[in-house]
Amino acid sequence: MKFTNLLLVSVLLLALSCKTPTDVYKIEGKNVNITDSIQADARIETFIKPYREHINKDLDSILGYSVDTYSKSDGHLNTAIGNLMADVVYQEADPVFFKRTGAHIDFVLLNHGGIRSIISKGAITKRTAFEVMPFENSIVVSKLPGAQVQELLDYLARAKRAHPISKLKILLDRESNVIESAVDGVAIDFNKTYYIATNDYLINGGDGMDFFKSSEEVIVLDYKIRNALVDYFMKTDTLNPVADDRFIQLKD
Amino acid sequence: MKRRAFIQQSTVASALVGLGGIGLQSFSGPPKKITILHTNDVHSHIDAFGPENGRNPNQGGVARRATLIEGIRAENPHTLLLDAGDIFQGTPYFNYYGGELEFKLMSMLKYDAATIGNHDFDNGLEGLYAQLPHAKFDFVSANYDFSNTIMNTHAKPYRTFVKNGIKIGVFGLGIELAGLVDKQMYKETVYLDPFEIAQDMSRILKENENCDLVICLSHLGYNYKNNDQKPSDLSLAKRTKDIDLFIGGHTHTFLPKPTIVKNSVGDNVMVNQVGCFGINLGKIDFYFDSAKNKSADGVSILV
Repeated sequence: MKFTNLLLVSVLLLALSCKTPTDVYKIEGKNVNITDSIQADARIETFIKPYREHINKDLDSILGYSVDTYSKSDGHLNTAIGNLMADVVYQEADPVFFKRTGAHIDFVLLNHGGIRSIISKGAITKRTAFEVMPFENSIVVSKLPGAQVQELLDYLARAKRAHPISKLKILLDRESNVIESAVDGVAIDFNKTYYIATNDYLINGGDGMDFFKSSEEVIVLDYKIRNALVDYFMKTDTLNPVADDRFIQLKD
Repeated sequence: MKRRAFIQQSTVASALVGLGGIGLQSFSGPPKKITILHTNDVHSHIDAFGPENGRNPNQGGVARRATLIEGIRAENPHTLLLDAGDIFQGTPYFNYYGGELEFKLMSMLKYDAATIGNHDFDNGLEGLYAQLPHAKFDFVSANYDFSNTIMNTHAKPYRTFVKNGIKIGVFGLGIELAGLVDKQMYKETVYLDPFEIAQDMSRILKENENCDLVICLSHLGYNYKNNDQKPSDLSLAKRTKDIDLFIGGHTHTFLPKPTIVKNSVGDNVMVNQVGCFGINLGKIDFYFDSAKNKSADGVSILV
């Protein structure tokens, strides 16, 4: 009995007195907003400055001019800005694809949601490309059987959105049935396979474009859409895209 | 029996009173304060948002964060600075310099550790590896097995820090990469179950490393309301034990204040996340003392 008590006392004393204070007894937590009331650290600011200036100089150097302001909401089934994007992907990616495979891209399909900004009337810069395409999405080419090309057309007819296309032509009747479809002016042969350039988001089933999952082959070009835009802007003085008849619906 | 217990208690009490003057005060020392500062999902937002920004005008900015952190360190030098991943991607700084400036600035701000977010794979494992020489802080990741990749040995499962005699263990957890990141980017990185790894880590840090404080630095996401099978900070905090603090990221959740939940043995766990883009800094102060300062219902938490 006495012995137990003594033991207890010594254990307690050990626990309380000889140990460093390592028991949490209070926790205070908060999230501090960083606002302009906090002075910027001059050393950090000086360190960033040359990086910022280099980027801004590069981003804001003028590459060309846009004759108007273009938005993805200007138009029903095809828009000037969407046509521009899809045409740029075709024009810039096809030589890369041909060099690598000896084949040509048949047509291009992007997604309407992938146009992240308007293109404003006036100067076109690299910054324009970053605004329109801030994501790192890259161009990939799907080798797609005709049956899935049919699904692709049905998807577009159902979606009734101006998903950007190039080299592809679709005509819908009043009931939104596909009544004509052509690639580069030739009616689609659903027994053939087609090379379709798209982006890595859609090839993985983005926006419900599940038909791409049946691709016989996916060729990765390691070419970002934004870089394709920059490359196009660098060799184009004037942007003047138009909505045309590549994807339309009959009214009567 | 009752009487015996009473005697035992009173003997202990008088012994303590008797020794109080010599022993207790002199050996236990004054209370200690450890400050944990944290960011997540800064996404290359080095500059502050301008006045024209629709959502966060005049907020954020690394240079301001530096001032804020230095002020806190001047007040309490026993401070740890952590980042919960997605350092990369979001402004042209990343596109032009591949993360070099982000790592250099975090080193200047004296970050102690960071975990790896899904966007930190955006230039592939090689892109992350190439920037490591610019980082004077460690990467912690316990559930990404990098053994068969170029990142092998460059991210530790955990790190321990001793601040003012207090041992702090910090382990990292990352989100499942399949379906979120292109396989070409993460290659042979193997994702391990965060729940199992969190249990291993908390045991190792508490029992083998004898840490006084265990922190999970996570890029799993705060909570998935519509998918409770998906590992998140809240679900892990509730299902584990011996973890004091979860610092999270990925879901860009702007918590007005840290969340408190009960863990698997009924202890309180703090879970925090500060949104994104360097708009906020999380600040958690832990006060340590010998058990005598603990109130009857345990630790007092002020949020």
